[in-house]
Amino acid sequence: MSILINKDTRVITQGMTGKVGQFHTLQCTAYANGANCFVAGVNPKKAGEEFEGIPVYASVRDAKAATGATVSVIYVPPSGAAAAIDEAVEAELDLVICITEGIPVHDMIRTRYKMQGKKTLLIGPNCPGLITPDEIKIGIMPGHIHKKGRIGVVSRSGTLTYEAVGQLTALGYGQSSCVGIGGDPINGLKHIDVMRMFNDDPDTDAVIMVGEIGGSDEEECARWIKANMQKPVVGFIAGITAPEGKRMGHAGAIISGGQGGAEDKLAVMEECGIHITRNPAEMGRTMQKILGSGK
Amino acid sequence: MKIHEYQGKEILRQFDVPTPRGIACFSVEEAVAAAQQLGGAVWVVKAQIHAGGRGKGGGVKVAKSLDELRSFAQQILGMQLVTHQTGPEGQKVRRLLIEQGAAIAKEFYVGMVVDRAAQCVTLLASSEGGMEIEEVAKHSPEKIHTVRIDPVAGLGDADAARVARDIGIPDVASAEAVKVLQGLYRSFVEKDAMLAEINPLVLTADDRIIALDAKFNFDSNALYRHPELVDLRDLDEEDPAEIEASKFDLSYISLDGDIGCLVNGAGLAMATMDIIKLYGGSPANFLDVGGGATTEKVTEAFKLMLKNPHLKAILVNIFGGIMKCDVIAEGVVAAAREVQLNVPLVVRLEGTNVELGKKILAESGLPIISGNDMADAAQKVVAAAKG
Repeated sequence: MSILINKDTRVITQGMTGKVGQFHTLQCTAYANGANCFVAGVNPKKAGEEFEGIPVYASVRDAKAATGATVSVIYVPPSGAAAAIDEAVEAELDLVICITEGIPVHDMIRTRYKMQGKKTLLIGPNCPGLITPDEIKIGIMPGHIHKKGRIGVVSRSGTLTYEAVGQLTALGYGQSSCVGIGGDPINGLKHIDVMRMFNDDPDTDAVIMVGEIGGSDEEECARWIKANMQKPVVGFIAGITAPEGKRMGHAGAIISGGQGGAEDKLAVMEECGIHITRNPAEMGRTMQKILGSGK
Repeated sequence: MKIHEYQGKEILRQFDVPTPRGIACFSVEEAVAAAQQLGGAVWVVKAQIHAGGRGKGGGVKVAKSLDELRSFAQQILGMQLVTHQTGPEGQKVRRLLIEQGAAIAKEFYVGMVVDRAAQCVTLLASSEGGMEIEEVAKHSPEKIHTVRIDPVAGLGDADAARVARDIGIPDVASAEAVKVLQGLYRSFVEKDAMLAEINPLVLTADDRIIALDAKFNFDSNALYRHPELVDLRDLDEEDPAEIEASKFDLSYISLDGDIGCLVNGAGLAMATMDIIKLYGGSPANFLDVGGGATTEKVTEAFKLMLKNPHLKAILVNIFGGIMKCDVIAEGVVAAAREVQLNVPLVVRLEGTNVELGKKILAESGLPIISGNDMADAAQKVVAAAKG
């Protein structure tokens, strides 16, 4: 088991025929069961063509009808990415993963508005995607650092997620699923949504939650954990040293007026029973202390 | 991207938000001529820098004669204006806004933000005009009124009128206040703003509503569709190192420490700064080389860091995913040779092709200190910086 995706998931790639889409599609099909999972691409101008044996359809609706795929991943450039999410939502997919970085925030506000009342879940944008080790990888993370196991990982950052995964794997702990929810201010699933799924997943024993300065998503998740979570959670927040008001790469990482600061977040998380570490090199070992020796 | 007050007011006027009559000036003579052109007997001399808190720092003065105006303009133009947002070194004033004085009856605050939690634009309004909204939020949060704005319907008449009443705008000025709030919202959406503030919005003695200030911060991801905003960019207000970095698509922010950091990914870059601090060092910068770093990019990143006279050591922390460690290692070696590196360099590589990357570093003959993991690398660079 795992959350959101597994070896039986069938995926449509929006933006598959672009340079970025081609590169990552090859990486994803080469990982575990990927060759069976990635069943369609979408490009209205290239319908009927193929890329590496994967057929290209004119629309998400066509691709879904032809293949039965329920998930899509988006590499479409920023100016068209919000519309690509809209198309996947209208085609009633279960899950859309938007990798694209740099989508205008007002585009995302309109897209999130249109998603109200629809069944489709969104991960990202501006995220590395998600992976269920040894089954399927949807996104841009390096597959080889992962190991199948029972720890869930949820994070707002890309490479810092890899850091957490790398530490777990080095200590012998595999992962059930790893989800990068992305660093943009307006996005899909939040920490709390993914945490709920890990709590319900019988094959996840514990979770590492990696946050960043800005917003209050981590605090909300922490309060939910205190009231509901039945599994241990390790937490880290990046940005203790970030100066106020400066933008650190991610639009979401802005501290304003003391709200969303790393220390504030860590204090709430600690109070809610999360095993926090202030040292990004200690995420794996903090988990080890809780669970005992590796397995 | 931020702009000046006078530019913000120009945008507000395009959306039917009244502002005082004013003229932007670059010299004392222009300022005096502007006052004569505006007429009247009272003018406001306002320093134009991007940072807030200008009044408290002495950057805003009311002149009651042309002589007084000339002397204020002389005083402010060219001064290093220090506010709580500029840092202790302040920001040099190169532009002035000369405005007609207004007879103020009451001051208010109105602002708009992209609301992460509600996933929409939220209007903030308060009776406490002239005060920073963060201060109001801390000391009297009950005085802040908010409206979450429906992205399809926009800011409706009823919501706008209710907020106007809640913050104490009298009924006689209600219609005008509604027009102002709706204009602010339209400008916010149409110009792709992340933040907009009118502080203060004032009620005049003759019951008009005007914007005495204007602050905008635009979404840099949307600038591709706003060439008219790009034209408003003032490079004098930005850190030269950050401008240089943006040319090479590097995300760079200067800090006040002495350990340079070169990292891939924003979250890992912040975490690298954090761990340096944790082991007793102090980061000199935030630098995210992104996912597709080339040798050229890495070289430019080194050049940027080495321009900092306080730099005592450099830490390269790469978790190679798509980016391969051998490519980064080659970039680091080439860069270190080209820039004649004169400070200790600690490199930590992890991820794709890590062994090959480490081999390239070891065989380069350069005095590169290898970090086994993030903690080891951070401890080594802190020790190296203390020398």
